[in-house]
Formats: sequence, C-alpha cells, structure tokens
Amino acid sequence: MSDAFITEKSIPGADEGPLADRTVAVKDNISTAGVRTTCGSEMLADYVPPYDATVVERLKGAGATLVGKTNMDEFGMGTTTETSAFGPTTNPVDESRVPGGSSGGSAAAVAAGDADLALGSDTGGSIRCPAAFCGVVGIKPTYGLVSRYGLVAYANSLEQIGPLAPTVAGAAELLEVIAGPDDRDATTRQEGADATYADAADGDVEGLTIGVPTELIEGADDRVVERFHDALADLEAQGAETHEVSLPSVERAVQAYYVIAMSEASSNLARFDGVRYGPETDAEGNWNETFAAVREEGFGDEVKRRILLGTYALSAGYHDKYYAKAQDARAWLKQDFDEALSEADVLASPTMPVLPFDLGESLDDPLQMYLADANTVPVNLANLPAISVPAGRADGLPVGLQLIGPAFGERDIIRAASAVES
Amino acid sequence: MSETPVDHDEVRHVADLARIDLDEDEVDRFTVQFADILSYFDALDDVPEVESEPDLVNVMREDEVRDGLSQEEALQNAPETEDGYFQGPSVS
Repeated sequence: MSDAFITEKSIPGADEGPLADRTVAVKDNISTAGVRTTCGSEMLADYVPPYDATVVERLKGAGATLVGKTNMDEFGMGTTTETSAFGPTTNPVDESRVPGGSSGGSAAAVAAGDADLALGSDTGGSIRCPAAFCGVVGIKPTYGLVSRYGLVAYANSLEQIGPLAPTVAGAAELLEVIAGPDDRDATTRQEGADATYADAADGDVEGLTIGVPTELIEGADDRVVERFHDALADLEAQGAETHEVSLPSVERAVQAYYVIAMSEASSNLARFDGVRYGPETDAEGNWNETFAAVREEGFGDEVKRRILLGTYALSAGYHDKYYAKAQDARAWLKQDFDEALSEADVLASPTMPVLPFDLGESLDDPLQMYLADANTVPVNLANLPAISVPAGRADGLPVGLQLIGPAFGERDIIRAASAVES
Repeated sequence: MSETPVDHDEVRHVADLARIDLDEDEVDRFTVQFADILSYFDALDDVPEVESEPDLVNVMREDEVRDGLSQEEALQNAPETEDGYFQGPSVS
C-alpha cells in the first residue's frame, strides 16, 4: 500500500457527471459514510462516520470514484505529515524528503499518480505547502466558498477544504464541483453558487497586475527566490505587469495565526473525551480523571502542545495579551491585503520559503516548523483565496509559486496560475 | 526571554485545565518549548489597533424537522453503551 493513504478503499460515485472518469483521494479529516476517518490520530483510529461530508456527497454526485483516505498531520497540525499516528508519508519526488503538510498524503497521491485528483484542507497552508513540496497544484478557496460540513474541525474560522491536482485546470474543475452554498454550513456564501472555474485556466495574463509583497521574499531560501523571479519574469514576458508592495502586518502573521489556531483547537478538541468515540480505556477514577487519561493516550505531542498553548492563551490573565492582540493583528492583515489588492489584481510570493525538509529534520523544534508557514498563514487570516502552482525545481526539488486573490477572486488566481504552467 | 516565564507548575496547571495527563518527560519538554514559543508570541504586543467593521450577518433558516442520525448510528462509535445510551465514567 502506498504510504500516501491511511485507508485504501474504492467508493463508486454516480454513473455520469463531470468527474465520471476520475479517481479522487480524500484527506482523512473529511467524513466518509461507512469508511473510517481518523484525522491521522490514535483518538479516531476506529471512528467510522455515519454520514458523508457535503464535499464527498458532491464528489459522488459528480461521478467521481473515491480511492481512499489520505495521510495527514494529526488533526491537521503540522507542516510535514510526520505528526500522523500512522507514520510518515514520503515525497514521491524524493523519498528522503517530507511531502509537506498537513495534507501530505493528498499531495503525494496526486504526485505519484495514485489518484487523478485529491481533496485537502487548508487551515494555515495545509493544501498549498504539500502542493509546493510535491510539485502539484493546490487551491485554498476563499473562506465560505466550500462547505465545511463533515470536516473534522481544528480551527473553524481559518479552514477551508480545497482541491489538489497535477494541473491548474484539473484543480479548477474539482473546485467547481465542491464550491457553493450549503444549508448545513451557515458560513458558506452565495458567491460560489453558479461559478465556473475550469474555463478561467486560459493562460491569458495580458495586462494583469501582480503585486509582490517584499516581506514574503525576505528570508526565503535563495534557491527558492531564484525560481520565483524566473516565474515572474515569465509572466511579464506574457504581458503581466509586476510591482513591489509592502504588507507590514505579515511580520506578525505567524504569531497571530498560531494564537488563534491553537485557541480554537483547544475548544474544538475538547469533544474528544472517549465517550462518544475514542479509544477504550481502563482508566480508574472520576469523570475528569478518566478524560485526562484518554486524552493523554489518544493525542500525539503536537496536538497536546497546541491544545495546551491554546488553553493558556485563552486563560484568565492572558486572554488580552495573546488572543485579543492576535485578533487585532488579523484585522490589520485584512486591511493591508485590501490596500495591496486595490492596486493589483493578484499578489505573488514563493508558497514556501524553503525547499522540502528531510524526513525527521524538524520534529524536535516546533517553533522552527511554525516559522516555515510564514507565507501561507496570512492568507487564511485574511479569508482570501490562494493557489500554489509549480514553478520549476531547485536542486531537483519542487518550488511552488503562490498567487493570492481578492475574496471570491478564484478565477483571477486560476487564470494567472495557468500562465505559469504554460 | 518571555515576559511570561513558564515553569513546570504552570504547564501542569494548564494540562489540568485542558484535561490532558502528562508524564514528567512531557512536562520537562513542554516547559522549554512553551517558553520559546510564548516568547515569540510577545511580538504581538506592538500590533496596532485598526478600525475594522467585520461584515457579519445573521444567517437564519426555517426551523423545520428533518431526518437526523438514528440512535443506533449515533452510538455506533462509542466504546461503551448501555440500553441505548452512551456510558461514561462516574461523575464524582
């Protein structure tokens, strides 16, 4: 079995539909009726959802054949897919490297050809990072474009389900199937109702203006920056215009992201108490003692770390210092992005400031791992759409270019990204 | 160093609030890592307040009866059940 999957199982869709001849791999935090959905955690190792997520219903309705549930960092908490309780996934481009995360299994499945397309989820870069590291395309949709019904929650205010594919057109086609309002997720919006995306992948960037936030280039690996500039030069040669922009707020994005994501996680993951689902335990003691024992057993290190830090950030005496300031930073970021996008159609940066890590390289130093998310987390905090598209290789390893658009501007970033491919 | 130093007792206290048992190794490791991470978070202190008006709207729908999970489906993942109910640990 490919190490991209936690569960390999063929689930047929409708006989006809736009995805009738396609296979799709689904990240293991997206509920599939009758097929276990683990979130990469010991806590849900035997959990079998009694219902389908809305996106899974839509995939089946579009005729797609699901081929399995993909490996991921536990509950989506990681940048390498190494925090999975089911072991790591290797990068199909170079097996000594991580595939990125947290949707590493989905990106690896597409890169290796184990599936034509895949679904991931992106809370702070979890679709774009593995897309960049595995040399495929990934889209993080605008907050509210895709239903989260049936997605096991980690940080509700930040996350979206989105597509991964070998090409921009393929990702756009999958987005078209899953986008649109859902009365079971009140945060979905009308904008995606009748939108088409695949036809936007026409490679026409004549007159497109691209802002380049200087803060997202500084500090990136030179080899990554070189590929990034090559890709920009190529877009200019096709008629796009580029100019530098400054987004001072992104210097506080990683801090704000982790405070908000950890805080939301500490609340969301309170439900895992071993009563409705979870490992059986022979722990003795009262209600609270038994919960604490189940959670010690069921959660891995990174999940414990984030729940504890989130609990700390929300606790009396620290709420104003951490959580309230992080919300201020989020508002500041939105304002900066609004200004930058009033003078540019899209913004461009390297998706990841680094090349794919060696397996095991970043496990001991969580803060170093968080810093690798510098270019992806600002987009989630600002609720915007972004795409990662392959921009060549450096030292044989894939480099991703990130294009960020205005809210519900998926067509703009798809069009620009399709020009990078050509 | 962080303005909010973290010690072993603080980590144990937060773990208690979050209902997660930790062994001594974890307490040692988290104490060092939390000091590191919280000190990094201190950079939020100089974030300016900006005027923002979030575009929040109430999302309403008719309160109609619709099918939900059956009792059997709702219980299918529980480690222990009794007479059609979840079975939990004793409250006191």
